[in-house]
Amino acid sequence: MAHRHEVIVVGAGGAGLATALYAAREGADVAVVSKLYPTRSHTGAAQGGIGAALGNVEEDHWEWHMFDTVKGGDYLTDQDAAEVFAKEVIEAVIELEHMGLPFDRLPNGKIAQRRFGGHTKDWGKAPVHRAAHAADRTGHMILQTLYQQCVKHNITFYNEFHVTDVILEDGVAKGLVALELATGELHLFQAKAIVIASGGFGRIYKVTSNAYTLTGDLQAILYRKGLPLEDMEFYQFHPTGLYPLGILLTEGARGEGGILRNALGERFMERYAPTIKDLAPRDLVSRAMYLEVREGRGCGPKKDHVLLDLTHLPPEVIEKKLPDITEFSRIYLGVDPLKEPVPVMPTAHYAMGGIPTTLWGQVIKGEKNTVVPGLYAAGEAACVSLHGANRLGTNSLGDLVVFGRRAGIHAARFAKDADYHELTEAHLGESRERIERIKNSTGKEKVAALRAELQQSMMDHASVFRTGELLKKQVEILKELMDRYKRISIDDKGDAYNTELVEALELGYLLEVSEALVHSALNRTESRGAHAREDYPERDDQNWLKHTLAYKVEDGKVAFRYKPVVLGRFEPKARTY
Amino acid sequence: MQVTLKILRFDPQKDQRPHWETYQVEAEPWDRVLDLLHKVKWDQDGTLAFRRSCGHGICGSDAMLINGKNRLACKTLVKDLGSVITVEPIRGLPVEKDLIVDMEPFFAAYRAVKPYLINDEPPPQRERLQSPEERERFDQGTKCILCASCTTSCPVFWVNGTYIGPAAIVQAHRFLFDSRDRGKRERFKALGSGSGVWRCRTAYNCTEACPREIPVTQLIEEVKRAILMDRF
Ligand SMILES: Cc1cc2nc3c(=O)[nH]c(=O)nc-3n(C[C@H](O)[C@H](O)[C@H](O)COP(=O)(O)OP(=O)(O)OC[C@H]3O[C@@H](n4cnc5c(N)ncnc54)[C@H](O)[C@@H]3O)c2cc1C
Ligand code: SF4
Ligand code: FES
Repeated sequence: MAHRHEVIVVGAGGAGLATALYAAREGADVAVVSKLYPTRSHTGAAQGGIGAALGNVEEDHWEWHMFDTVKGGDYLTDQDAAEVFAKEVIEAVIELEHMGLPFDRLPNGKIAQRRFGGHTKDWGKAPVHRAAHAADRTGHMILQTLYQQCVKHNITFYNEFHVTDVILEDGVAKGLVALELATGELHLFQAKAIVIASGGFGRIYKVTSNAYTLTGDLQAILYRKGLPLEDMEFYQFHPTGLYPLGILLTEGARGEGGILRNALGERFMERYAPTIKDLAPRDLVSRAMYLEVREGRGCGPKKDHVLLDLTHLPPEVIEKKLPDITEFSRIYLGVDPLKEPVPVMPTAHYAMGGIPTTLWGQVIKGEKNTVVPGLYAAGEAACVSLHGANRLGTNSLGDLVVFGRRAGIHAARFAKDADYHELTEAHLGESRERIERIKNSTGKEKVAALRAELQQSMMDHASVFRTGELLKKQVEILKELMDRYKRISIDDKGDAYNTELVEALELGYLLEVSEALVHSALNRTESRGAHAREDYPERDDQNWLKHTLAYKVEDGKVAFRYKPVVLGRFEPKARTY
Repeated sequence: MQVTLKILRFDPQKDQRPHWETYQVEAEPWDRVLDLLHKVKWDQDGTLAFRRSCGHGICGSDAMLINGKNRLACKTLVKDLGSVITVEPIRGLPVEKDLIVDMEPFFAAYRAVKPYLINDEPPPQRERLQSPEERERFDQGTKCILCASCTTSCPVFWVNGTYIGPAAIVQAHRFLFDSRDRGKRERFKALGSGSGVWRCRTAYNCTEACPREIPVTQLIEEVKRAILMDRF
């Protein structure tokens, strides 16, 4: 079957829905293609808040927000992106409120705000109340509100359609191929503009806050086609994953006053970040936790985690402002945060890297910022780069709306003056072949087993602390896994809801994004933000104040180019908190 | 511990009607039912089909009938069920394959109540103001993850699929009681019609089924009262 829309958005999370909404408001014929029902997208799991300098609780300025974002990103953040973001996110939050988002309120009726890691007043002097929130389900409310608006605007949805190919020919984007899960049929989508908003890929790691379905699909598809992935070595581990599951406990818990403690009961963050302590940025806190454990101060029989202590907070603060995470702890661990501290350990959380774009979401193919006409990206799948080497909490939800909106507007305007490209059944070929190969294979390798090996080895060799030696080992492991992947077979040969086939395709994507990540990490011989090389512990601005662009040459072989960081207002400085 | 897992299976390309399959799985008391389904799918039979995404009760993908009650597989632990566990698809929606049902009728009912803020007054420069008390008034409904546990546990819905069902009414409640909303009349059309709230017989199944602990029946009653008040 064939379909045609002026603008087609891949993904129905916060980024995809914001893009679709603003493109529709520009008058474009818009459709959203998503492998999940929109409200199942992982944006709905976001808890703590969306940061904007509204100044509702105390004095705040977009310049402070911009500064915190640049410093939090260890100066790898492009400052033009940070400036656009810090200004426009204020408007974006107001607009979400106008759309009906049920933010929590202050007694004076304004939107309530809480503290969050790395967000400060007066250029780093003390934490500031910047995160607008709806209890600890802010992402859920953003996803619901944006979906409600899409329903209102009658936007077309292709739900449970798994995109398997982006058609790129003559240097332009022409359309998509997607597998309809209900029938197993391949569909051809013709579009003037395509926006990729397919989210992250936390599932390359064993312990993660990410959904089972976050497998980097579109990053991998473009990477296979020779487009670059930017700054993939920067992957964020969130300090407070519920131990041992990895389910997230929002940083908002520390924003409300929660404290991290080691086996001695010490508030150890006082040693690592004397000024803002538990509210230091995530890369610092995660490393501090690993070090505490490494030095024998971990908790529990295996001494392999630390504790998040909320017991000193008033019970009503916990129940009212953090109800969901309180429930997670009670249900999955049987631990009541009101009465005892909660076991936590860092969990794989957020990809700073992804598909490189301009400030308007246009996909870039090289260091000179040449764009691929008709191709856009937004949200966690993209890299503008706002988050640099380490994202601040609450800056992703803002990113989705600010840059989703920009991508939607630009794509709609581009589509107005563009023509459709001729597509034929032959364009289904590549996807059909890939699927048939998996379905007909009699190989001995199993998807679940390979995936488990991948996730464990990525955890062991390419997570919070890295060394050249471990990364080299992982390069070899990935090569072997990619080779074995060619011999996977599946039980399900059917057409309807072949979820085993989907998992097999997703494993292929996980391997590709892992390759880009590990090779980029081995290549960058410095430590910056979330990328901590024990063999190169210092930041090296002389050689590495630049973005990585990783290009796939063949399995196991990656080429690099570099893009300068856009500097501006803030000179790179040592990063202390 | 060893768990006997009985799953109601159906493959539209092979089966005339659903049938039970039994699996033995090694489980920990703290495992989620979702973990058991994964163990079957990953280690024993890859053809088993079910929906899931977040794995911790927030996306609403995996509502199933587990030991006779509607619940989320990712939020139900083995220790609370014992060593024999039965899993069936939720009822009242057409089964597509194994535990996957057709969600379209459910979302059609959702759309029927106009689940979005209706207010054509030009918004102020900044946010609209709302007191914490006004915000609290509709808090419960905002927790809904559209999992369909409530609607598919409702005996009225089983008999009459045109009933819009509890989930849609919860959505309507969320807007009707929002001080910023002006869409009462428009929503009352769907809510007051023959397939609307008056079908509800307060069976309370919905309230018991809701994994977000929303007092669904109470919200339905409040919507009924709002419609009645509006008539006089
Ligand atoms: C537990 C948790 C808590 C968080 N809390 C916060 C917070 O408080 N504040 C903050 O700013 N950020 C937070 N984040 C980060 C933030 O939520 C995410 O980065 C963001 O929601 C990603 O949104 P997205 O729209 O890019 O992708 P997603 O919401 O993940 O959506 C991806 C979409 O792409 C679709 N898709 C993927 N692959 C395909 C394919 N092959 N074919 C078709 N469709 C496809 C999916 O169906 C889905 O609709 C949190 C993240 C997690 C995991
Ligand atoms: S009201 Fe509860 S049971 Fe019903 S759809 Fe919403 S979350 Fe699910
Ligand atoms: S998998 Fe998301 S609610 Fe269960």
